[in-house]
Amino acid sequence: MDVARAALDGDPAAGARVIRWIEEGDPSAADALKLLYPQCGRAHVIGVTGPPGAGKSTLVDGMIGALRARGLSVGVLAVDPTSPFSGGALLGDRVRMQRHATDPEVFIRSMATRGWLGGLARAAFEATLVLDAMGYDAVLVETVGVGQDEIEIVELAHTTVVVNVPGLGDGVQALKAGILEVADVLVVNKADQPGAEEAERHLGALLEMRRTPEDGWLPPLLRTSATQGEGLAELVDACAKHRDHLAAGGAWSQRSERRHFHLFRELLRRAAAEALLEAAEREPESKRLVEQVRNRAVDPYSAVDQLLARLGPRGENRG
Amino acid sequence: MAENPRRVRVLLAKLGLDSHTIGVTVIAHALRDAGMEVIYSGLKQTPEMVANTAIQEDVDVVGLSSLSAAHMQHFPRVVALLQERGAGDKLVIGGGVIPEEDAEELRKAGLAEIFTMGTGTDDIVRYIEQWWAERA
Repeated sequence: MDVARAALDGDPAAGARVIRWIEEGDPSAADALKLLYPQCGRAHVIGVTGPPGAGKSTLVDGMIGALRARGLSVGVLAVDPTSPFSGGALLGDRVRMQRHATDPEVFIRSMATRGWLGGLARAAFEATLVLDAMGYDAVLVETVGVGQDEIEIVELAHTTVVVNVPGLGDGVQALKAGILEVADVLVVNKADQPGAEEAERHLGALLEMRRTPEDGWLPPLLRTSATQGEGLAELVDACAKHRDHLAAGGAWSQRSERRHFHLFRELLRRAAAEALLEAAEREPESKRLVEQVRNRAVDPYSAVDQLLARLGPRGENRG
Repeated sequence: MAENPRRVRVLLAKLGLDSHTIGVTVIAHALRDAGMEVIYSGLKQTPEMVANTAIQEDVDVVGLSSLSAAHMQHFPRVVALLQERGAGDKLVIGGGVIPEEDAEELRKAGLAEIFTMGTGTDDIVRYIEQWWAERA
């Protein structure tokens, strides 16, 4: 596992290769992650989410600059959508971040959703583990432009920044549902544009209507103008403050436990499903059952019960 | 989509000082429509930026574009930087306003192919697909 070891030393080519393996489901990914995983847990993972055109990439670019000014190294994962027609993708987030392209303390990786819903890519979480293990102090994850409930980012990030802009219309449509509730830090970007105050007022009112959060953290509402470089230091400070809050209240380890159990369950789900389908291939009765699902002679719900009863751990216990 | 997780990753970068984006945008869309993942890094890139980006993104193909006569200095420099950093296995191709005698020299300098004015996007897609098929 020379590649994994090089990634641990922070070698960009090696880290990039491990991320590629993860995306492609290459068996080398699991071997590499076995080595990298114990070194994870140090990075502050910050999600940046918001509607299309909110200026997320420019904001991330500004955050990289502000974090670097504090002497912190930064890994970035920028997610853009895959075309549902061709399976290809145009990944353009890093256009806004290229001034950091020659900074050895910054690593930027673009990632396509490849059909994954929820604003991220299936490989996103494991990719953040790689960036963490490579030693980056902060890991910024930019989601695709999201609407009202693509909030998978909260499962992945310690701190979620929700970006809004002036002029999105009455009721701040894009933020009305789940997305406001997931914000640890709320940002009105493009604050130099008309309507910024109104947007801020509106979000402030929505925040006040929120139930008092269980963990006692009230999301700050900040104004930024990423293109002008304004409000970025304050944004990065607010994220750091949230991290300290999580650590002080024990929520840091709670969130971390949740993320890691979530990963374990996902891996188990995939491996178990594959193992069961393979086993079914070898056993005539189960093979017939799978065929019956294909031609709709049996509904998939009953088929799962029957397959598990025949082949799964439950069946063995009974036997 | 999920059945074929191997996907060609291509970096498209503009070197030099020109700000013409139409050509590179057309190519980006053609490659995407052919099922490739295209990373576009924007205008006025230096060879160092391109090489670092290609490595961080782990692309298979680096497509360089120049319409400002910067190709003779910049294109070979990208190839050299990639080789220096152990990433010499990437396919580096170029395009733009490039006279045939320059193209010949660039091929000698390690550019796999030079697509000059008037090349159809289909030709570029086919070239990459063929390279990919032979490599896999």
